[in-house]
Amino acid sequence: MNSTARIATIFRREFAAYFTSPLAGIFLVIYLFMSAVLTFQMGGLYERGQADLRPFFQVQPWLDLFLVPALSMRLWAEDRRTGTIELLLTLPFSVRDLVLGKFLAAWAFACVALALTAPLWITVAWLGSPDHGTILVGYIASALMAGAFLAIGAFLSAFTKNQVIAFVLSGVACFLLMVIGFPMLLDFVSGWLPRTAVEAIAAMSVMTHFESMMRGVLDGRDVLYFVSVTAAFLFLNGIVVEWKKAE
Amino acid sequence: MKELIVARGLRKSFGSFEAVRGIDLIVPAGQVLGFLGPNGAGKSTTMRMLTGFLEPTEGTVTLNGIQLAADPIAAKGTFGYLPEGAPAYGDMRVEEFLNFVARARGYAGAEARARVDRSIERLHLEPYRRQLVETLSKGYKRRTGLAQAILHDPPILVLDEPTDGLDPNQKHEVRELIRRLGDDRAVVLSTHILEEVEAVCTRAVIINEGRVVFDGTPKALDAKAAANVTSNRLDHVFRMLTTSDIGGASRTKAASR
Repeated sequence: MNSTARIATIFRREFAAYFTSPLAGIFLVIYLFMSAVLTFQMGGLYERGQADLRPFFQVQPWLDLFLVPALSMRLWAEDRRTGTIELLLTLPFSVRDLVLGKFLAAWAFACVALALTAPLWITVAWLGSPDHGTILVGYIASALMAGAFLAIGAFLSAFTKNQVIAFVLSGVACFLLMVIGFPMLLDFVSGWLPRTAVEAIAAMSVMTHFESMMRGVLDGRDVLYFVSVTAAFLFLNGIVVEWKKAE
Repeated sequence: MKELIVARGLRKSFGSFEAVRGIDLIVPAGQVLGFLGPNGAGKSTTMRMLTGFLEPTEGTVTLNGIQLAADPIAAKGTFGYLPEGAPAYGDMRVEEFLNFVARARGYAGAEARARVDRSIERLHLEPYRRQLVETLSKGYKRRTGLAQAILHDPPILVLDEPTDGLDPNQKHEVRELIRRLGDDRAVVLSTHILEEVEAVCTRAVIINEGRVVFDGTPKALDAKAAANVTSNRLDHVFRMLTTSDIGGASRTKAASR
């Protein structure tokens, strides 16, 4: 059996697992509800008088802060708690198969959640004539950001047997990756850090890259940023699994 | 007979603690090896090294001619393994769980279904096939773990306490199954129950503090007990070999195999 087939086996198991527990479903409903409320109420989708989904995309990083850890927390912590990690690692799987299969399952679930917000897109298309290209890039950015956050969450889930700890750690880590790009923080450090260092910090933030894509600019560097963060944390995830598996 | 398990010079350290201190184990087809030892002697650690869950600090494992370190995926296809505590996905039904393992073993479609059905039949799990694993009693969970281990008819079986938590009837059935499987396979099973060694094993290996202190037939083990010991003879030998208070200094290796 080749690696793709092995990853597919893990993917099927992990994706199905989201539907056997009510927890993921509850978070999904909350996510969709909050997406709509924040977009219409706080974002003022109607009042702005513009046919676009900017208010929707603006709240995505904040919604991800709780949806993503909810999806990633169980990925490894549960297997370590119940001992099924020993089963997985003695079946003909490599650690890489497991890391990718689990990540892709969580990411697919996050993409399903995003896809379920399509009625918002349909609404603005019906009310006006939005720039569909901009909205599409916004969706791609949201999916890439969720992927990067999920990779971080999966990585942190491998450290613990406790899903609640995994949830909190992931939320905090993703929050930090967001706020390091906020002008408030950058202004604060710019007083005593050289300009290049401040720019480097800003470049590391999710927000810098997400916001440029949200405006509809599909820049290779932004895509590369998300793909690199995802790949780096998946790589580290494999190392942590090996390191912590027997504890 | 073909040597299916060849483990040489296995050592495992966790930090400064040396759990396994040089174990050699060669198991040919047709042998059921009972792996004994007090808690913390290194039984599970050794089994975890045989199955590739843990990498040995030193030493090599070759399974059915395949070096575990060189080609872990292929080597992991040669054995079925029941880990300690028989872990399984609680949120899956018995047949779903077995189907997942069948897929992991490379079976699909009708063949996967046939394998799952056969495994369920062999472990008498039919009435429970639609039940969630987390709702199973301890004994049935253990049987599900065994069903998973034998699903692909592997030449090697590594079973960590396969009869733990089973009632006497279930124990009898599982022992019969292991004995039958052992006819043409290499089986390594760990147990705390010494009578089990007499009942199913053709070879007994006792380890203590990470080293082999006895290796021979169950008969040879029994013969080590003093003639005046009439009851629980194996318990007596076990204590003698694994504690220092009653003549445990004689850590000899029986020649018979």
